[in-house]
Amino acid sequence: MRRPEPVQIVKQRRDAALQRLVAGVPYIQFLGIEIDRRGDELTGVLPYDEKLIGNPMLPALHGGVTAAFLEVTAIMELTWSMTWEDMEAGKITDDAPRVVLPKTIDFTVDYLRTGLPRDAYARARVTRSGRRYASVNVEAWQDNRTRLFAQATGHFLMPQRDV
Amino acid sequence: MADEQPKDRTKIARQFIEAIPHAKVLGMKLTQIGDARAEIAMPYDARLVGDPETGVIHGGAVSALMDTCSGAAVMVHPEAPIATATLDLRIDYMRAANPGDQITTRAECYHIARSVAFVRATAYDNDFDRPVATATGAFTVERAPV
Repeated sequence: MRRPEPVQIVKQRRDAALQRLVAGVPYIQFLGIEIDRRGDELTGVLPYDEKLIGNPMLPALHGGVTAAFLEVTAIMELTWSMTWEDMEAGKITDDAPRVVLPKTIDFTVDYLRTGLPRDAYARARVTRSGRRYASVNVEAWQDNRTRLFAQATGHFLMPQRDV
Repeated sequence: MADEQPKDRTKIARQFIEAIPHAKVLGMKLTQIGDARAEIAMPYDARLVGDPETGVIHGGAVSALMDTCSGAAVMVHPEAPIATATLDLRIDYMRAANPGDQITTRAECYHIARSVAFVRATAYDNDFDRPVATATGAFTVERAPV
């Protein structure tokens, strides 16, 4: 039996793969979104910033920012689950070709509560992932995990691999 | 004077939209507004790219534009809501926007009920014959107390 890999090696490989994925997208940097990882579970984190405000009177987060945050989290989760096995097998390295991202076909956002001027969090679940299409569900909250302020469902076109 | 009112409301809507911090950072410009319709343009910006391989703008930035433009169309509906917020918004992405092109969105509030407004919107790059994305949304309607 092979000994399990040392924990630092595992963490380093996963964090590097995630970092490469996130750092490559200018819009994620623009919004200031960070992706937190626990094992294979990802959480999108949107630290509050004044430029994210859509209604200065309330004030409230811009609905478009909320939609974008949910879409970014959904795409990252989908890409992460799609590349997990290759990544664990050590196939995703610095000189490997860039991971091709899924394309959004449609995205529907339910606004459940006003987005408050503070940090927001989001987690996505791939409900179905086929060879060509995938369906993803994503939820966002602020102070309380059970009090969602928005949720969304999206359909995505998967990149064609090995063709 | 009665016919001055729509003009005032258009001016208020313009000021309101141009004061939105997130609309400002995205460089949104209100190009047309009035009678339940709005048109807003957003210049191409490398910071908004979603796919570095192609330079195509992220869908999220298009969402922000669609949402702002749809809200603006509700605000200038003749029934004069005093405020609105998005209840739901569905966006269909027809094709990737051409990198380098500005994105223009046209929205129309085609029906308004007591508490809900219904909107559709279309986004274009420089080719106005082939939409980049379409959206449909439901918005809340806050009416002035009578």
